[in-house]
Amino acid sequence: MSHKVIVPIGPYHPLQEEPEFFQLYVEGEKVVDIDIIIGYNHRGIEKLAESKHFDQVPYLVERICGICSSSHPYAYVLAVEDLFGGEKNVVPERALYIRTIIDELQRIHSHLLWLGLAGHFIGYNTVWMWAWKYREPVLDCFEMVTGNRNNYAMYKVGGVRRDIKDEDIPVLKKTLDELVPALDMFKGAVMDDPVIQARLKKIGVLTRQQVIDWCVVGPTARASGVNIDIRRDEPYGVADRIDWNVIVEKEGDIFAKTVVRIMEMYESVSMIRQSLEKLPRGEIDSNIKDIPPGEGIGRVEAPRGECIHYIKSDGTNRPIRHKIRAPSFMNVASDKVAAVGGTISDATITLAAVDPCYCCTERVTVLEKSTNKKILNGWDLIRLSQEKTQKLKEGLGV
Amino acid sequence: MKLLFNFLIFPGFLFSVIVGLMACWVDRKVSARLQWRVGPPWYQNFVDIIKLWGKETIVPEDAKVTFLFAPYIGLLSLVLVATILGRALIWPQSGFSADLIVVFYLLAIPAISLIIGSSSSRNPLASVGASREMKLVLSYELPFILSIIAVIIKSGGAIQLETILNSQSLFKSHIASLSGTLAFAVAIFCAMGKSGLGPFEISEAEQEIMGGTLIEYSGVPLSVFKLNKALMLYVMPVFLTMLFLGKDLSPVFMSLKFVMILVIFILVKNTNPRMRIDQAMRFFWIYMTIPAVLAVALAVFGL
Repeated sequence: MSHKVIVPIGPYHPLQEEPEFFQLYVEGEKVVDIDIIIGYNHRGIEKLAESKHFDQVPYLVERICGICSSSHPYAYVLAVEDLFGGEKNVVPERALYIRTIIDELQRIHSHLLWLGLAGHFIGYNTVWMWAWKYREPVLDCFEMVTGNRNNYAMYKVGGVRRDIKDEDIPVLKKTLDELVPALDMFKGAVMDDPVIQARLKKIGVLTRQQVIDWCVVGPTARASGVNIDIRRDEPYGVADRIDWNVIVEKEGDIFAKTVVRIMEMYESVSMIRQSLEKLPRGEIDSNIKDIPPGEGIGRVEAPRGECIHYIKSDGTNRPIRHKIRAPSFMNVASDKVAAVGGTISDATITLAAVDPCYCCTERVTVLEKSTNKKILNGWDLIRLSQEKTQKLKEGLGV
Repeated sequence: MKLLFNFLIFPGFLFSVIVGLMACWVDRKVSARLQWRVGPPWYQNFVDIIKLWGKETIVPEDAKVTFLFAPYIGLLSLVLVATILGRALIWPQSGFSADLIVVFYLLAIPAISLIIGSSSSRNPLASVGASREMKLVLSYELPFILSIIAVIIKSGGAIQLETILNSQSLFKSHIASLSGTLAFAVAIFCAMGKSGLGPFEISEAEQEIMGGTLIEYSGVPLSVFKLNKALMLYVMPVFLTMLFLGKDLSPVFMSLKFVMILVIFILVKNTNPRMRIDQAMRFFWIYMTIPAVLAVALAVFGL
């Protein structure tokens, strides 16, 4: 068959809960080409951030994504603290430990969420339900410590907003102790199941070179033998004071990506345990009042990969430029090499294997339909916005 | 008149639909409990079907006539199977010669009606679903026939349901022998393939092709396809019970055996991810056909 058919995945599709659009060009069951179209979910967060003062922005950026709602504010406060010469210069000891605890708890809940979704995508709903059941106690921990299951509002420039109470620590430890047998169960269920291996091995393969060429980050890159992890390469929090390993697999297929994520959950459990053990007493906030002018960059290893925030300050109480680069922005593009050549059945799990987060990724692009050329840039948007305001004003007779 | 009653009410349409929908409920409830969920109340499937009757039936613009006929063809053949099986169970003398062959042919029709219906909808996803269903039919029919042949040989060459039933006694059913066990295991997987359950829900695959074969269906025709699925859940376990699990016809034991086979279906469904179509074909052609051939060979030697 040389007859090409377009199989659309999106803009709304039972596969994924966010709007995205993949056009699979298929011959029979085989995917021969793929078009990735994103941009359905733009909310103008960078622009909004420029209209808020420095202490309001963490609330805004943690709403970029409900799953990485620790990574984005963390990267943002790191970027602002970069103006003071780094996190360690301004943040009290205890706050550093609390930051790492929250960040690693988030990684556990995000990886469990992905594991469940991956099970759902290959039609294994039991794994889906079980993974999400064991994710609940982690979310309960969050609720206990921060008051929210998601959107924790823990980070602030120069420290954290809430302390971890002494009576909460045994509960946290108990939850982690109970989580480890569940992780063992998932490890066994995934690694020993012949049908899962048949479905996941040797599909959606990204080679080491492809990962480097497409600038893939996070667990997706680590599953292909690329040893990168911001927590080790540019330590933040207390990642350099505790023992943990970067998990790297060589195969680059979806099975390896699953293994990397499951093993990373063990590392996160161990990191939280050590942090709780070493948690020093003291202040949690250094009460920063003025932000100096300059440019700062914050890099955080989000569950999906490297998340970068860039801040430009002119010494007032607002950032004059805030740029966000979410990990999925880099990873989604690699679907182009991973999914082509497989079948439709493999394409769905391949697209999901990078753990895409579209609401993190979406920045505005306006394309000329026939040539796919960019026709609007930032200044055009500002001009359009001003023209619209003008029109509205005229309409109101102001 | 009696035939009409048998066909429409008992053990035909009405009875089998009710039992089939209850079997669907057992499926949903047990799956839910396995997945730490609560699961729906017992009447959920009835409500779902009735709700679909009230919905608009949308027909694609350039769909063929067969689009609307197809589900009913499947329904008719399944009701016919339910009638024949039910009559053979309750009034054993009423069977006709070679009704096993008829049942076997009729059981192949629902899949064909699904293929016809979905390919006349002109939707690319439906055509992918139809091609998957076709490949699936080609893969499971051979081992299924072979496992039935093993049963036929064990019952002394009978191709009448009544004779097969009579050849098994209370403690000496076909499953109690080596060849019978093998053939039963093969038949269970083929029956799951036929009902499109669990790892073989390949032609619907909502995460991959959004319901595939059923994507264009809505309203009453969709409800008829759902009924077909429910009837499959009634007909296949009953058929397997009659072939392998012996003669004891008291309603209590009969329903126990029925539920047992149903639970096997549900457990397999909930502990396996969906296969890819090429993997399913390899599974049936190699891992199912070889044991089925072995079962036939063993049956010839009387094991």
